[in-house]
Amino acid sequence: MKAPPGIAPARFEQALRKWRGIVGADWVFTSAQDLDAYRDSYSPLYGEVTERVASAVVAPDSVEQVQEVLRVAHAARIPLYAISTGKNLTYGGSAPAYSGSVILDLKRMNRILEVSERNAFALVEPGVSYFDLYRHIRERGLKLWIDCPDPGWGSLVGNSLDHGAGYTSAPFRDHFEARCGMEVVLADGQLLRTGMGALPNSKTWQQFRYGMGPMVDGLFAQSNFGVVTKMGFWLMPQPECALLLTAEAGRHDDGPAFIDALAQLGYEGLITSQLFVESPVMGFPMGPELARLRADWSERRVPALEDYARRNGLVFWSAPFAMYGHEDVVRTQLAHIRRRIEQIPGARVRETACLRFPLADDQLAAAPDKARLGIPSLSYFVSRFAPGAPLFEGHIDFSPVVPLDGQTLREAQDLFDRICQEHGIAPLGGRVLLYHLRAACLIYAVPVGRDPQANARARAGFARLMEVAAARGWGEYRIHPAFMDKGIGYYNYNDGALLRFHERLKDAVDPHGILSAGRYGIWPRHLRKHV
Amino acid sequence: MKSRPGRLACAAAQLILLLGVAQAAQPTISWTWLPVPAGTDPGKAAFMRACAVCHGDGPDHPGTSSLQIKYEGKLPALLEQRTDLTPDLVRYYVRNGFAMMPRFRKTELSDAEVDAIVNYLTRVRPEPAAHPAQPPASRQ
Repeated sequence: MKAPPGIAPARFEQALRKWRGIVGADWVFTSAQDLDAYRDSYSPLYGEVTERVASAVVAPDSVEQVQEVLRVAHAARIPLYAISTGKNLTYGGSAPAYSGSVILDLKRMNRILEVSERNAFALVEPGVSYFDLYRHIRERGLKLWIDCPDPGWGSLVGNSLDHGAGYTSAPFRDHFEARCGMEVVLADGQLLRTGMGALPNSKTWQQFRYGMGPMVDGLFAQSNFGVVTKMGFWLMPQPECALLLTAEAGRHDDGPAFIDALAQLGYEGLITSQLFVESPVMGFPMGPELARLRADWSERRVPALEDYARRNGLVFWSAPFAMYGHEDVVRTQLAHIRRRIEQIPGARVRETACLRFPLADDQLAAAPDKARLGIPSLSYFVSRFAPGAPLFEGHIDFSPVVPLDGQTLREAQDLFDRICQEHGIAPLGGRVLLYHLRAACLIYAVPVGRDPQANARARAGFARLMEVAAARGWGEYRIHPAFMDKGIGYYNYNDGALLRFHERLKDAVDPHGILSAGRYGIWPRHLRKHV
Repeated sequence: MKSRPGRLACAAAQLILLLGVAQAAQPTISWTWLPVPAGTDPGKAAFMRACAVCHGDGPDHPGTSSLQIKYEGKLPALLEQRTDLTPDLVRYYVRNGFAMMPRFRKTELSDAEVDAIVNYLTRVRPEPAAHPAQPPASRQ
């Protein structure tokens, strides 16, 4: 057993003893085998001396236990790193940002505390996964939908706090926008509730976000100022029907106008679901012929790519989306959408399914595009496997936020395509993703695995992508801990005023720096490199 | 000593019992989106909750898809149809993961739950497999 950096072994042993007394000996882990399970399976530093690993794990079962555990850590100045379900893979998984931290594993806190069908909300603990809440709702036949990200095994709380998003209607698909009310344990063990939760015996904690005074919810997302132990979420009432649709445009040069038209339909509220614009010609993965054509940046490039699409019967651009509500209403709205898209010569909107709810069990199993129907799954990972393809062990996502402007987004795609080629990176994705509200995100899943040399190449390419994006004013919306310092380093307006403000907050609310050191570049004073 | 009809009845009862056991032990494929019914075998319940989301039946299950590609039909892609799984193999993959499958921590699956899954997945074993599946030789 190894104590966290700078912590005397005797002090660490004493803290472990106290934690065992609080959570039970079975829920404090120190053996190499148990700690191994907390390694980030998708770490770009896997197996290297710089890999971020835990020194121990403590797993409380209640808010009171979290308070006690933090009091011990605060007194002994031992660094903790909080995780919820530990499935934030691509963005760190269950490993700490600061190597040697003790993992505060909240997975055992998995209670669904309330689901209101009348007012369409849920109140959950951090260990509740999207699958858990979906099963809970389905078991009771409640007329509610959840919104889930691609993999459904993650935590509602954890995903929201890392600014994750899903697929159904706005605002539910922006998971931090869909929150309403938080309970937080501060570093010294104090408990607070945000919004209406600050009013004892409040009846509207999950219905009115503001409460009175400054709204501090955002301070606990992508940060390390407290440990969130409860969180409310607004849920979408079950619609009468959902139309699954795909907009399509046939030529390379249609890209900017196609993106702009879809964005405008989003601004007008006619398309409220998440949508992405993808291309079997311009996206990833790609076979050898397409790779060769894409590597040619001469004037031959576009005609060759269009010829490739024609020969292979591929639609150049497509954008799957969904519409929800009463069928007569959505069909009227669809007519407007069609008229707008069809202004692009040859473009069209294809209806792929019309589903009415609730779904019977067999309909549910067969339902296409489950995420757009609020059904959690892991189908996202299926695309990682193809006959003859190299073993895909993991990935880290480069996810810059780019202005919702068709021409700019197309330029960004070509720019990142060039960098991937230069660095020998073969990512997946590259879609224009209308993920959060009012901005686009391009997500490139850069493969990482167990080969340190391949990981080093991936890291170099990833860093270059970040540099190029930042030079154009595009920053990542979320990032792996190995790149958090670099990522936040680009958010340096006025000599890094924002990060310095974060640090002042950190010093005030966590003076000993025990909570999740290094998360999103926020380090306690004694670990800051620039102090 | 029992009479002949008595012996026959006993043999028939034993046969029925054996068939009954075989039918009860034959797992049905777990489904991802339903709550686990009360009274479900603890191993199957843990499998449904933690494993079926990846190793269930249907195209949305990456574990099943990847094993389909790996085995090319030589072995069932569904773990619940395998007869060659050993306790060590199941335990290894749960705690160590493989490729994109992450490790499962004790807060997600306790040792008792892993034991129950092992019991569930290795229960139907008509005869020892000639070449039982083995965990990878080494992993960093």
